[in-house]
Amino acid sequence: MQFFDPSILQSGQYHDWLVQGLILSLQLTVVSFAFALPFGALVAVMRTATFAPMRALGATIVESIRNVPLLAHLLFWYFAFPELLPESARELLYANNPEVVCAVIALSLYAGVHMAEDIRSGIRAVPATQLEAARSLGLGRAASVRLVLLPQALRASVPPLLSQTVNLWKDTSVATVIGAAEMMYQAARVETASFRSLEAFTFATLAYLTVSLLISLAAHLYGRRYPVRAA
Amino acid sequence: MNAFLELIDTYWLYFLVGQYPDGPLGGLVLTVLLSGAALVLAMPLGLMLGIARVSPYRAVSLPVAGVVQVVRAVPLLLVLFWAYFFLPAVTGVKTSQAATMLIVLVVFDSVYLAEIVAAGIRALPPGQLESARSLGLSYGQALRHVVLPQSLANGLPSIVNQLVSTIKATSLGYIIGLSEVSFIASQINTLVFTQSVQVYLILALTYFMLCFGLSRLAFLLERRLQRRAVQPN
Repeated sequence: MQFFDPSILQSGQYHDWLVQGLILSLQLTVVSFAFALPFGALVAVMRTATFAPMRALGATIVESIRNVPLLAHLLFWYFAFPELLPESARELLYANNPEVVCAVIALSLYAGVHMAEDIRSGIRAVPATQLEAARSLGLGRAASVRLVLLPQALRASVPPLLSQTVNLWKDTSVATVIGAAEMMYQAARVETASFRSLEAFTFATLAYLTVSLLISLAAHLYGRRYPVRAA
Repeated sequence: MNAFLELIDTYWLYFLVGQYPDGPLGGLVLTVLLSGAALVLAMPLGLMLGIARVSPYRAVSLPVAGVVQVVRAVPLLLVLFWAYFFLPAVTGVKTSQAATMLIVLVVFDSVYLAEIVAAGIRALPPGQLESARSLGLSYGQALRHVVLPQSLANGLPSIVNQLVSTIKATSLGYIIGLSEVSFIASQINTLVFTQSVQVYLILALTYFMLCFGLSRLAFLLERRLQRRAVQPN
């Protein structure tokens, strides 16, 4: 047996498994991001609200989700959550790729609360006088948020949000635990079927590295193009 | 409700310590011990890497920056798989799941601690190092007696937060069959079979109490430190 056989990574069944895994990992990241960002924005708005019970609810959501490991979230959503559903909804879930659906729910919530904290600190980085000045110049409340607060808050929160996206990308690997066939799962499958663990793990390592470093690079470039300016 | 109490009454000891003393230690105690040990063992390495990261010599700081960048770009689970499948082949010794997990956690923790140490040193006013040097201390002495005592005290909240991350990371041991608390909870779920919701809620609540408590501690430490921060000079 050759020590490192690159041919299995170029074609054949093992190649197909690994590429399918990579594609599912990317899909999990994109779909979870699409749910996590609006959820995070909503929670961030709750946490900066003037109404105290709203702030408390926002804080409860953030703390209760981020103080539990992602693995425990995945176990709960996959093994326990379906028990709470009525019969018809449960059958619908089981008929539609339950591993992926539960992984998306868990990843979206977990990434969402971390994003909420980044958005919140972006909003808090804009001095209150900015909003007051905008209002006194005659802008409406919505217009001053849209034209004055958000553009500044965005500059401060995009780089941390991108680094949170790197975490989301890495966290998709944990979905292995409920049998979602993402990249880590497929790499382990190749190792079981062929003992070609070196090749399979090398593929996974390079894929994780490439995507993570690309997102980090994007964050770096954004920070250079749109630096945070002192107000 | 009765069934719920019965569940706790039957399995609380198994949940806490696993099969111990009839078998290997497991459960919540293993989770806590493993995370604590990993963080403590990672400290010397983290300190060294952190100091190297802010070294004035680029030949020292650049390779460390590269290693930090790479470790932060891959999932912990991937490194765990590498270690689990290749450590026995390389060393010739069959490593247990707990030892494998500990090694991987030490690697990750030392890299994250290095960032905390480096950030702490950078946050200190440069006048501290300069005045220590001008008083005749060598670079090493200035670091040891002036810079590190201050920057490490400031980094304490981040170190506690790193312990929270480590506790959450031990749950990944589940995937290689390490009998930490998530694994034990799944075993209980298989044994009981009808109370998945209760079992996993107890698991989540356990993690929550542990991690939320520690996060609050970090927050309080941070507030105390802010009150007696060094004035920039």
